[in-house]
Amino acid sequence: MSVNMDNMVKVFERPRSLTDAQFSYCPGCHHGVVARIIAQTIDELGIQERAVIVASVGCSVSMYEWFRCDGAQAAHGRASAVATGIKRVNPNLIVFTYQGDGDLAAIGTAESIHAANRGENITVIFINNQIYGMTGGQMAPTTLVGQWATSCPDGRDAELAGYPIRFAEMIAQLNAPVYVTRQALYDQKRIMAASRAIKKAFQCQVEGKGYSLVEMLTNCPTNWRMSPVETNSRLMNEVVKTFPLGDLVDRV
Amino acid sequence: MAEAAICAGCRAYFGYPITPQTELLEYMAAHMPAAGGAFVQAESEVAAINMCYGASAAGVRTMTSSSSPGISLKMEGISYLAAADLPCVIINVARGGPGLGNIAPAQGDYFQATKGGGHGDYRMIVLGPASIAEAVELVMLAFDLADKYRVPAMVLSDGMLGQMMEPVVLPEHISLDSLPGRPWALTGARGRGPNAVTSFAMDPVDLSRINTERQGRYRQIEENEVRYRETETSDATIIVVAYGTVARIARTTVKMARSQGIKLGLVQPITLWPFPYAPLRALSSRVSTILTVEMSAGQMVEDVRLAVADRADTPFYGELGGLVPTPKDILREVMHNVR
Repeated sequence: MSVNMDNMVKVFERPRSLTDAQFSYCPGCHHGVVARIIAQTIDELGIQERAVIVASVGCSVSMYEWFRCDGAQAAHGRASAVATGIKRVNPNLIVFTYQGDGDLAAIGTAESIHAANRGENITVIFINNQIYGMTGGQMAPTTLVGQWATSCPDGRDAELAGYPIRFAEMIAQLNAPVYVTRQALYDQKRIMAASRAIKKAFQCQVEGKGYSLVEMLTNCPTNWRMSPVETNSRLMNEVVKTFPLGDLVDRV
Repeated sequence: MAEAAICAGCRAYFGYPITPQTELLEYMAAHMPAAGGAFVQAESEVAAINMCYGASAAGVRTMTSSSSPGISLKMEGISYLAAADLPCVIINVARGGPGLGNIAPAQGDYFQATKGGGHGDYRMIVLGPASIAEAVELVMLAFDLADKYRVPAMVLSDGMLGQMMEPVVLPEHISLDSLPGRPWALTGARGRGPNAVTSFAMDPVDLSRINTERQGRYRQIEENEVRYRETETSDATIIVVAYGTVARIARTTVKMARSQGIKLGLVQPITLWPFPYAPLRALSSRVSTILTVEMSAGQMVEDVRLAVADRADTPFYGELGGLVPTPKDILREVMHNVR
């Protein structure tokens, strides 16, 4: 059957804000999905020429190479401080950080909380996959009680290592943040909702409303030692019990 | 020093309170917004230096200040600034250490400032003022050199300078339009490809190339930017080497010694990195003794000995714990070493 291309309408394509470079993520990892959603958002809001990525230390360290946007790479945990510096001297830029759970909720706790508390007009994308991915599967501040990791070989013991940190709930207590939400990507419905949340978070910044954070429950097939499909089931059936989905602050 | 920074076109300051430099933070809180710049009192020294990383990456002359324990916290950030080729000025109003130490003037941070401090193969320009007038001049120079070579630059002062009041003529504010362009800055990828400010290069070949290029700039700095001041050295038989507050005290010692017929001269290194090795080497062949005086257990003296080798005696006199030597103390040490 021959197809007349003239009558075809393109309904899905690579976002213009992405370069041709290949992501360095493992197969089945949700990181790539989030990167795509962000790129799509940048396209839809028409902010590619104003967007500045602040990449963090972790699997997304060279994220700025995948976007047709300016970008900085921050020291481990310091992305929100770097973003503060950029945004304060050039408020016209649309500045967002992209940080994992180790980066944002362990080594960068102070920077993350205080940027939120100051109400910096930035957007924070927080990737919560409950594990240290790049270093090979160590316990994260978000690792579930009982979850296996290379540095808690008998599973996370709350007596020794405490409980998973609910960062979104923590900063929801502050007065300044205008939009704080937790989203997931384990099925198509969730991906659509997550896309809307990310767009709303960026929109907040574009409109000068203030600090927004999207915590994204994601997977790590490699270090969870599961197939991608199994990781989606785990997120849907187990992880959401510790990290409930939905908006925590919406002052938009 | 804060006003000098604003005169130099600094439009972003991030800091954290610590004695004896808190007045600098307070001055910036009052005056930076009026100058149209950004001021944030950060949650920590770590956050402050990383805010500097962001602001400098965005293309603005940027500064932070602290005192010794706080400077230790900034070391990670300074390594990243160096690695990302970001200009930034850091003022250290040094105090007694190690640890919490005390809040008295000291020079125990020389190694940290001039030999690395943070991790990796990097250098930082380090300038040592001996008076408020010199501090003003050197803060402005620090911004120019940081921009010229895309490196962090430190003004290493001490609690004496930080708490001192003396008259100074401030320069005119320089026009921001006259500052060198920063085509690498993160200003939004409009009409050009994306800019990246990063310290990361996974491939050893890439990192080696990047580091080699940076080392080339360090060699240029060593060649072009050595600064020092000589006092009464032309006929001297004995030389005191001192920087910062101690150099100022030693100027009085030179007068006292000369009045007693002792041919004492003074060399004050102004750039602590790059260190004035060559001038000291040249002097060392015509004097018998080069006495280094510091408010430390002996840090700069290692550089003096590198320069002098065995061409002259290189005794050391240091005061510890925030004690400040008097001109007479230094004269006493000079007399011990006069043959």
